[in-house]
Amino acid sequence: MNILKFFTAGSVDDGKSTLIGRLLYDTDSILADQLEALQSSNRKNDDGTIDLAILTDGLRAEREQGITIDVAYKYFQTEKRKFIIADTPGHIQYTRNMVTGASTANLAIILIDARNGVVEQTIRHSYLVSLLGIKHIVVCINKMDMVDYSGEVYHSIIGKYKILAQQLKLQDVTYIPVSALKGDNIVQSSERMDWYGGESLLHFLEKVDTDNLDKSQLARMPVQWVIRPQTAELHDYRGYAGRVLSGTFNVNDRVTVLPSGASSTIEKIEFFDQSPDAAHAGQSVTIHLKDDVDISRGDTIVNASALPQESKLIEADLCWMDSRALDTSIMYLIQHNSKTTKCKISEILHKVDINTLEKHAADEFKLNDIGRVILKTADALAFDLYDDNRANGSAILIDSRTNLTVGALMFRAAVE
Amino acid sequence: MSTYNFDYLDELEAEAIHILREVAGQFEKPALLFSGGKDSITLVRLAEKAFRPGKFPFPLVHIDTGHNFEETITYRDQMIERIGERLIVGSVQESINQGKVIEQTGKNASRNALQTVTLLDTIAKHQFDACIGGARRDEEKARAKERIFSVRDEFGQWDPKRQRPELWNIYNGKIHKGENVRVFPISNWTELDVWNYIRREKIELPSIYFSHEREVITRNGQLMAASPFLNMDAEDIIFRKQVRFRTVGDMSCTAAVESEATLIDDIISEISESKISERGARLDDKVSEAAMEDRKKGGYF
Repeated sequence: MNILKFFTAGSVDDGKSTLIGRLLYDTDSILADQLEALQSSNRKNDDGTIDLAILTDGLRAEREQGITIDVAYKYFQTEKRKFIIADTPGHIQYTRNMVTGASTANLAIILIDARNGVVEQTIRHSYLVSLLGIKHIVVCINKMDMVDYSGEVYHSIIGKYKILAQQLKLQDVTYIPVSALKGDNIVQSSERMDWYGGESLLHFLEKVDTDNLDKSQLARMPVQWVIRPQTAELHDYRGYAGRVLSGTFNVNDRVTVLPSGASSTIEKIEFFDQSPDAAHAGQSVTIHLKDDVDISRGDTIVNASALPQESKLIEADLCWMDSRALDTSIMYLIQHNSKTTKCKISEILHKVDINTLEKHAADEFKLNDIGRVILKTADALAFDLYDDNRANGSAILIDSRTNLTVGALMFRAAVE
Repeated sequence: MSTYNFDYLDELEAEAIHILREVAGQFEKPALLFSGGKDSITLVRLAEKAFRPGKFPFPLVHIDTGHNFEETITYRDQMIERIGERLIVGSVQESINQGKVIEQTGKNASRNALQTVTLLDTIAKHQFDACIGGARRDEEKARAKERIFSVRDEFGQWDPKRQRPELWNIYNGKIHKGENVRVFPISNWTELDVWNYIRREKIELPSIYFSHEREVITRNGQLMAASPFLNMDAEDIIFRKQVRFRTVGDMSCTAAVESEATLIDDIISEISESKISERGARLDDKVSEAAMEDRKKGGYF
């Protein structure tokens, strides 16, 4: 059994929290005492049935305002698969929280209200999905009960969405007509839409190919910690501990250590009491090298025949996440895997209007702004492009005055 | 690419090890909070996988309410002996003796709320900058919102409206002096995941997790272990029952469940079929809809 991580984009008005509530409810993932708490809550639907949205709105302020402010993570499983849902807010002022929820997901559910069709918010959410390189997209046309389960309405909406998908180069898009409120096509296939020949949402989620782990062939392992027991019997023990970001390392592989450029060969791979022949993407292991090279936290071990890019000048997409605007005159910290170094945003190339997708010149970057920048780092970074290798192509910006995470970066090119 | 078997437990395990190593790499004085419950016992196994054959780069810290199940303390001391790591104990009784907190009175008195003060004092005394805990997001809806690296201010408070964005697998542990970070490596595990992992890894647990006969009373519709720590009066009738504990807090706030489960396999099938959530047996969560959120804002785990 494996795990599918997905996130939902849409606002409460689109029935997003209701959809998640429905998935949990219809898969028997809500237990009696939680149900009891729901029943006793004051929030009810107009027809007196329980409001499933309360299940995901975990904070007092959210329940009071009836909106989602921050990401909530929910867990459920069926016989086929385990699911982790990042329930993200849809309002534009919480874009950064949606980016947070989307960054670890491998599938996105985009909700469209059947009565309204493709609206500004749909464009914004779809843009974020393309920016973050989410591989699979499910577009749920929700509230089909409000449009008499009309196939015509559904087909007209997906016709419009397909144009958007083409514009954003979205690859794998699936369309499902649903009613989260009434339960149509969420877990059970709906009998009220026999014109729809496809599967229910849950059935689709159960079988979609999960590429939780980067399938990239580029073997990369940032060193997080050096294990040196320095005891009498383990006097010379020196193990490099880290999680393989992508690709595979085998014993006897030639590797290069960056940034030093030193070369060596893998002598042994350890995992607690085992010594496997190989370490694969996603695994946390300890690597031993044949040669005595100087390695510390922040260095990256890579396959010697497939080196990453190395540069101090990088073109990247930036999503700004702080209420204090970007200041191009000050130094920030950039954290890329286990490495942290100083950096400056040396140039803003353009900003994207995420409601219309138009690019325009800009000299300021405020909360939730997204655009292309050039950054200059104090130490060179050993990175891959985000589209080739998500794990080694992303980084965060930290404001050293406040220590807050102020930006999400997706590397697009090394600047020559 | 060669194929390899990497199932959900492997993935959750690898993520937790990655988080533990980030703590080691990013902080000066981290600590692992150990309660004697199954979640923190799981953390100890994960720390062994992250750092052996080296020592843990942090001590274990136990906030002792003084109202423990005896079995938990026996287990704790044997485990420390086996793993050879350092244990620091913060005592709620000491906080009471020093007048920092006042013992609750009445029938539902518990030391659960008092332990926050002892925890914050222990953090301040040892200047811990990161505290690793075994909380999981599936336990409770406020926890479902919390980051893996959760920054607390000087007063230990969680501010849910000002959480840092947490992107990809990059954890920002930068803090100002006086602040600390609570770190939750098993955030993405469910109760069932923990039990399946314990079974797979053959991890030993305190005996109270398994079915045993015990003297209990009924309190607020729940079975409570009869003990000197529970304020009992003539209305409370003590009887014997075959029970086990699903979570392990202190004796005055953890309810038992009727159970015949004597093996891990029994427990796993019991939980799979259960219609009551794990924290349904915790009286401390029943105060109000926002009970956990409010305690977290006050510095609780």
